[in-house]
Amino acid sequence: MRIDRAALADLATGAAFLGSGGGGDPYYAMLLGEAELARRGSFELVTLDTLADDALVVPCGWVGAPTVSVEKLPSGKEAMAGLQRLEAMLGRKIDAVMPIEIGGSNGLAPLVAAAELGVPVVDADGMGRAFPESQMAIFNIHGISACPSVVTAASGSLTVIETSDNVEHERLARALAIALGGIAHMVEYPLSGAQAKAYAVPGSISVAIAIGAAIRQARAAGEDPFEALFTALWESGLYAHAGILFDGKITDLERETQGGFSVGRIVIEAFDGQSRVEVDFQNENLLARRDGKIVAMVPDILTVMDRETADSITTERLKYGQRVKLVGAAAPAMLRTARALDFVGPGAFGYPDAYVPIERLNGWGA
Amino acid sequence: MRIGVDVGGTNTDAVLMDGSDVRAWTKQPTTADVSSGVAAAITAVLRQAGVAPGAIASVMIGTTHFANALVERSQLDPVGVLRLASPSGEALPPMTGWPTDLTAQIGNHVFLLPGGYEMDGREIAPLDETRIRDAARTLRSSKVDAIAISSAFAPINPAMEQRAAEIVRQVHPDAVVTVSYAIGRIGLVERENAAILNAALTSLAGRVISSFERALAAIGVSAPLYISQNDGTLISATQAATYPVLTIGSGPTNSMRGAAFLTGVTDAIVMDVGGTTTDVGVLINGFPRESSIAVDIGGVRTNFRMPDILAIGLGGGTRVHLDPALYEATALDAAALRVGPDSVGFRIAEEAMLFGGETLTTSDVAVATGRADFGDPSRLPALSDAVLQTVWQRIQTMLADSMDRMKTARGDVTILAVGGGNFLIPDTLKGAAKVIRPPHADVANAVGAAIAQIGAQVEQLVSYDKVPRATVIAQLSDEARARVAAAGGDIEKVQIVDVDEVFLSYMPGRAAQVRVRAVSDLVEGRTADATPEASLAAHAH
Repeated sequence: MRIDRAALADLATGAAFLGSGGGGDPYYAMLLGEAELARRGSFELVTLDTLADDALVVPCGWVGAPTVSVEKLPSGKEAMAGLQRLEAMLGRKIDAVMPIEIGGSNGLAPLVAAAELGVPVVDADGMGRAFPESQMAIFNIHGISACPSVVTAASGSLTVIETSDNVEHERLARALAIALGGIAHMVEYPLSGAQAKAYAVPGSISVAIAIGAAIRQARAAGEDPFEALFTALWESGLYAHAGILFDGKITDLERETQGGFSVGRIVIEAFDGQSRVEVDFQNENLLARRDGKIVAMVPDILTVMDRETADSITTERLKYGQRVKLVGAAAPAMLRTARALDFVGPGAFGYPDAYVPIERLNGWGA
Repeated sequence: MRIGVDVGGTNTDAVLMDGSDVRAWTKQPTTADVSSGVAAAITAVLRQAGVAPGAIASVMIGTTHFANALVERSQLDPVGVLRLASPSGEALPPMTGWPTDLTAQIGNHVFLLPGGYEMDGREIAPLDETRIRDAARTLRSSKVDAIAISSAFAPINPAMEQRAAEIVRQVHPDAVVTVSYAIGRIGLVERENAAILNAALTSLAGRVISSFERALAAIGVSAPLYISQNDGTLISATQAATYPVLTIGSGPTNSMRGAAFLTGVTDAIVMDVGGTTTDVGVLINGFPRESSIAVDIGGVRTNFRMPDILAIGLGGGTRVHLDPALYEATALDAAALRVGPDSVGFRIAEEAMLFGGETLTTSDVAVATGRADFGDPSRLPALSDAVLQTVWQRIQTMLADSMDRMKTARGDVTILAVGGGNFLIPDTLKGAAKVIRPPHADVANAVGAAIAQIGAQVEQLVSYDKVPRATVIAQLSDEARARVAAAGGDIEKVQIVDVDEVFLSYMPGRAAQVRVRAVSDLVEGRTADATPEASLAAHAH
C-alpha cells in the first residue's frame, strides 16, 4: 500500500480528529511529508500481518507541549538521529517504523523518518488516539519496556534512556523535553514483529485516511461532514460510537504550558447562552462537563471542531470566539478494558470519577 | 457626514452618509493611477449632495488592491526573509508549501540564521549580528528592499527581531522591514507568512495609499483618511501603508456588513458580484462568519481573523468564451462554452461588446436577455435564444453551486445580492428562499466602509499570582468596552471579539501578556469622529 499526496492530506485530517485535541496540529507534519513526497513519490505502508515475528519495529514521535511545537519547529534531523542510534545500540537494522500515537502530527511524523531510513511504516499505532504521557501506550499496558529509548532535539543533542520502569522513562523524557525547550523527538518501545502484531492498534493509519477522505468527500458534495465522520468511524470497526456533544462558541480559554504539557480548560457556550460545556485538557482533551454533568471521559475521544467545516482544532490552535462543535467518539475496545483503564482512564489523570463509556453517558446506540 | 469609498479592481464606488442615511452614491471606473478614480468618485458624491469638502468629517476607504495583487501575483516586490531560529525550523524553511507561481515572484532570498527564543525565554541560539549584516548586504546588492524578519517566540520576546531590523536598516538604508511580532501572534509559520506577504506589498502599498492621499488633497478634502481593516474597523493611512496585509480581507468584510446594514437582515448568504469575482460569505447574527483555523490568502496560510469567503471567477466583466461562429447556433454543446474565470476587469467600458469592444462578457449576455439595461444594446452581436439561454444557465449554475458550498444547513436560505454585477443574480435562484436586492446594492461595499466599526484593544502585562485571572480579564474587558464607547462606538452593541493571553514563562508569578479586543458599531446618528485604534501591538517588557 502506498500513501500519496492526496492520502497524506486525508491522513492529516483523520489524525487531527483522532488526536482528541492533542498530538499537535498535523499541518507542519503534512508540509514536511509533502516535501518528502516531492522527492520520493509515495510512502510505503504495510499491514501488521506482513511483519516477520522477529522483525524490529520501532515506534516514534514527538514529546512535549503542542503550544511549543508551533514556534519551535524541527531541524529535520531529529528522527533519523534517534533511529540510527537505536540501530547502532541494538546492532541490527530497523525493519519498520510505527507512529507511537495516530493522533495529531505524530500520526504523520514517522512517514518521513521511515522514508529517510528506507523502511516501510506499519499501518498501526500504540495508542489508537493521542495521549499526553508515554506510559499510556498500549505496549506499556502489556508490560513491554519503553527502553532503550532515544531522545533527540533540534539543537542536535541526543540522550539515551535506559530504565526498566516505564513511568520513570516518561518522567525522564518529560524532563528532557523541558530542558530541550519544550519539545523533543523520541524513539521508544522497540518491538518484535510478534509483539507489534499482538498489541498494536491495527489499521489505524488507514482508518485515519478513511476518516479524512470521508470528511473531504462530504464537503465536496455539500453533505454534512459530521455525519460522514461518524459513519467512517463506525465503519472502521475501531470506534464504535460517535456524536456531537455540544454546539456553541468558545467564551473562555485557559491554556498554559506547565511541566512540559499544555494544560488548561475550554469553555464553550451555547449560542442562546443557556447552556455551557467545560473541557479539561492536558495536551489532549480529557473530560467534558455539560452544565456540570460529565458527558465524556478519557480514554474516549473528545475533539473540538469547526462547526461548519468539521476541521479539527487542536488545543494549541483554539482561540477565543471560535464557533465550534464538540465531538465525542468511543475509544477502541482495547483501551477500555479494566487493565487499560488503570493506565488511561480518568483515575490515571487524577479524576475521582469512575469511567463511564461515552455511549452510556449520552444514550447513544441504545 | 462621512464618505465611504470602495476601490475595487473594476470600479471605485463612493457613498456620502449622514448618520445612517445614504445621501449620495456613485460608481466610477477604477483608474490605472487609482487616485483620479478616487477623486472623481468623491467629487461626484459631494456634488450630488451639494456638500462642501470642508463639511466632511472623515473618509474611509476599503480596497481590494492588495488582495488582488496577491491573488493575481502582480505588482509584488521580491522579499528578503531573515528567520532567526536555527537550527530549529530548518526542516521547514520560509515559504514551504507556498504556490510556486507566488514564490517565483517573491524569490528565494531566504536566510536561516541563528537566534530565536525558547518558551522559557532562553535563547535557542545567540543572535549572530555579523551574519545579519552579511544578509543585509547581499539583499542590498541584489536590490531587494522589502524585508521580512521572523523569530521563534517573538510574541513573548521581540528583542531579536527588533535588533535584527535595526542592523538591516543600518546596512541597507533603502530597506523596508516588516517584523513578524507586529502583525501576528503565536504560530511561527503563519506569522512569518503574513510578514512575508506584507513585505511583498511594500511598494504597492506605498503607491496606493499615497494616491489616496493625493486624491483627497486634489479636491480639497482635509478630513482624516482611514483605511478599513480585515475585521471592519479602521486604521490610519500611515498604518495601512506599513501593514497593508491587515487590510487584505476588508473587501468582503465591507460588502457583508454593508449588505447587512442596507437590508437589516442578520442571517443570510451574501453574494457580492464584482467585475472579476463573486465573493460569497455568510452572515450570522449580523456578523460575517469567520474561518476558525487558518485563512488562505492567495494560497498562503495565515492566522488572521477574516470572513470565511468563497470567491469564484464570475463577475460582470467575466469573459464568455464561445466561438463567434456559434453565436447564432440553435443548440449549444456544453463543451463549446466556457464562462471565465478571466475578466476584462476595469477595461469593461472599452472591451465589452456593449461598449463597442470585441469581447463577449457576462454583462453583454445579461443585457441581451433583458436582465440588465446599460451600454448600447445595438452594438451587441446577433445571439440566438439557445445560446443566450445556455450561457445564462451556466452563470446560474455557477452561482447556485457557490451558494451551496457556503450553506451551513440544508434548506433554502436568504440571499443578499449586492455589488455592481448583482444583475447576474436573478430574483429566484435554485436553493434560495428569497433574493433581496436592497437599495444601493451596487455600492454595498462603500456603505460597509462608511459604517466602519469602532475597535479598541487593551494589552497588559499581568501576574496571575497577584490578581486572579477572571478579575484581570473582566477588568481589561471593561476597559476595552469603555474605550470603544469613548471612540464613538455603541455601548449597547459592543462585543468582546478576542481574548488572547501569552504566558511569559521566564518571568515569575505566572506572568502573562493579556490582550482584549472589543468592537462595536458607530453610534447611530453620531456623525463621525471615528478614530482608528490607538496602537497596534504595544509590547510591555
